[in-house]
Amino acid sequence: MSTLAAPRSLDTSVLAETPAVEVRDLRKDFVRRNRKAGLFARKRWPAIQDVTFTMARGECVAILGQNGSGKSTLVRLLSTLLINDGGEARIFGHDAFRETRAIRKLVNRVSVEASFFKKMSAAENLSYAARFYGMTPKQTRHKIPEILGRVGFPPERRNEAMEHLSRGMQQKVALARALLTSPVLLLLDEPTTGLDPRSKLEVQEFIKEVRRLHDATILLCTHDMNEAETLADRIGILDRGELLFLEPVEDVKRRFGVETLEEAFFAATGRAFEEEEHEDDEQREVFG
Amino acid sequence: MSEFALTLRHELVGLGGIVERNIYLTKRYLLWDIAFLVWTIANTLTIVFIARGVGLSAAAQNSLETKLLVGGVIWAFLGIIFEIVTETVAWERWEGTIEYTFMAPVSRPVHLIGMGVYAVIYGMLRAGILFVAVVAFIGIHLPHANYGAALALLAIASVSFIGIGMMCAVLPLISPEKGTQLGFIAQGLMLVVSGVYYPVSVLPHWMQWIATISPATYALRGDRASVLHGAGIAWADVWPLLVIGAAAIPLGLLIFRLGERYAKKHGKLKRSG
Repeated sequence: MSTLAAPRSLDTSVLAETPAVEVRDLRKDFVRRNRKAGLFARKRWPAIQDVTFTMARGECVAILGQNGSGKSTLVRLLSTLLINDGGEARIFGHDAFRETRAIRKLVNRVSVEASFFKKMSAAENLSYAARFYGMTPKQTRHKIPEILGRVGFPPERRNEAMEHLSRGMQQKVALARALLTSPVLLLLDEPTTGLDPRSKLEVQEFIKEVRRLHDATILLCTHDMNEAETLADRIGILDRGELLFLEPVEDVKRRFGVETLEEAFFAATGRAFEEEEHEDDEQREVFG
Repeated sequence: MSEFALTLRHELVGLGGIVERNIYLTKRYLLWDIAFLVWTIANTLTIVFIARGVGLSAAAQNSLETKLLVGGVIWAFLGIIFEIVTETVAWERWEGTIEYTFMAPVSRPVHLIGMGVYAVIYGMLRAGILFVAVVAFIGIHLPHANYGAALALLAIASVSFIGIGMMCAVLPLISPEKGTQLGFIAQGLMLVVSGVYYPVSVLPHWMQWIATISPATYALRGDRASVLHGAGIAWADVWPLLVIGAAAIPLGLLIFRLGERYAKKHGKLKRSG
């Protein structure tokens, strides 16, 4: 049986007919003290502004953006960790802010930080995550070594504490954690940032395999343009909280008459992709 | 299997996962736990030895030692419950797992109750070791002790302690920097008014009034009677604990829910707060 079978609670007819993700006019602001303006003054930073897009089932969409552009805020909104200030988001027809329990069964994520209990082993961390998804010790006993093997993690090292594993190994365990729970929507928030080139390629190959074999819908947020181009069907640029466009990569290049995504970013924003950020971008990054 | 049975099974597996994870963490931090236990034993000994310096008769001294010991053990037990339940958020934030736990499909009541169940099991174990160690070291005579009744009353009181712990668990969610310390204040205040090392009657009137709504008051009173005089579980101690527990758990869950909503609204539900 496939490791990534659809969750039992999911009506497969709903999956087939409903878009995987529908986001309409989504907005999220963060408020912070503004000492320059006075002791009790507050300033509102728009982290996400009127973002609208749709993802079909099985699609892989990449959202590109600089640090502080709102990518992580978008992922956190879709994973029920933030409440919106406007607009709406639906995942397989479920309201992301009201039907959180249903959403949580469908979604998992891999973020830039591996995020584990450092003293616990890979197997213990995975067991902990799996229990939340209703998997019993009997079920995880065989499944954990199997899935670790599939992401290229040596199963014999599964009892080593996470703090003794390299960054690349930890990120593979993070992928295993996400896939162990059979998500139909996988949110990848800079999953290869900080990895060495070999680990990066391995993770990217695994993402392709997940998509090819298991029909998962993937939202990839990254600032790696090559990664976006390699993995995604459509690419969007999120700039200072606004989604400038979301199109197949060739359409993006044609639209701006450019050869690369870096050039497309420059044409769309008037700034180079790696350009120094504005102070407000930093605030957005801190909160997002 | 019906939808309800499936959901119940799912939640129970999740609850077991919380307990299992805490067992893993205790195993991994065992030396730290042993060091803390030794410190707690030493601390309790310093308090129980006070009875030796008062110049009482042997029987009165034994009685005072027992009263102080019960106070020390319940202080330690309550401390463990508060520490574990109130750090539901703080631990996860420190380890960086908070987002994964809070986006997992397990209900928050089950999450918090799982923490409470582990806290009670672990707290009982530590309180038992503490009690035996101090009794053996000082040589307290407890010929009439009714340990069954004392433990049963402590278990009943634990429900209230968990509920109050849940209310405090929200503090690190709202204030990542100061929340845990505010939880310590709540724990300290509860013990001050509950007569941990003295009768509640010595307190000012307004504090005595607060003592009536503190579950520790009834746990201390009942456990002292059981350990010293072999008393069974007294209804006069049980019913207030049941009432406080019945109010504290739903209130704790409600407060936590409101706190979680606030944290999601203001972007505080993340590893760096």
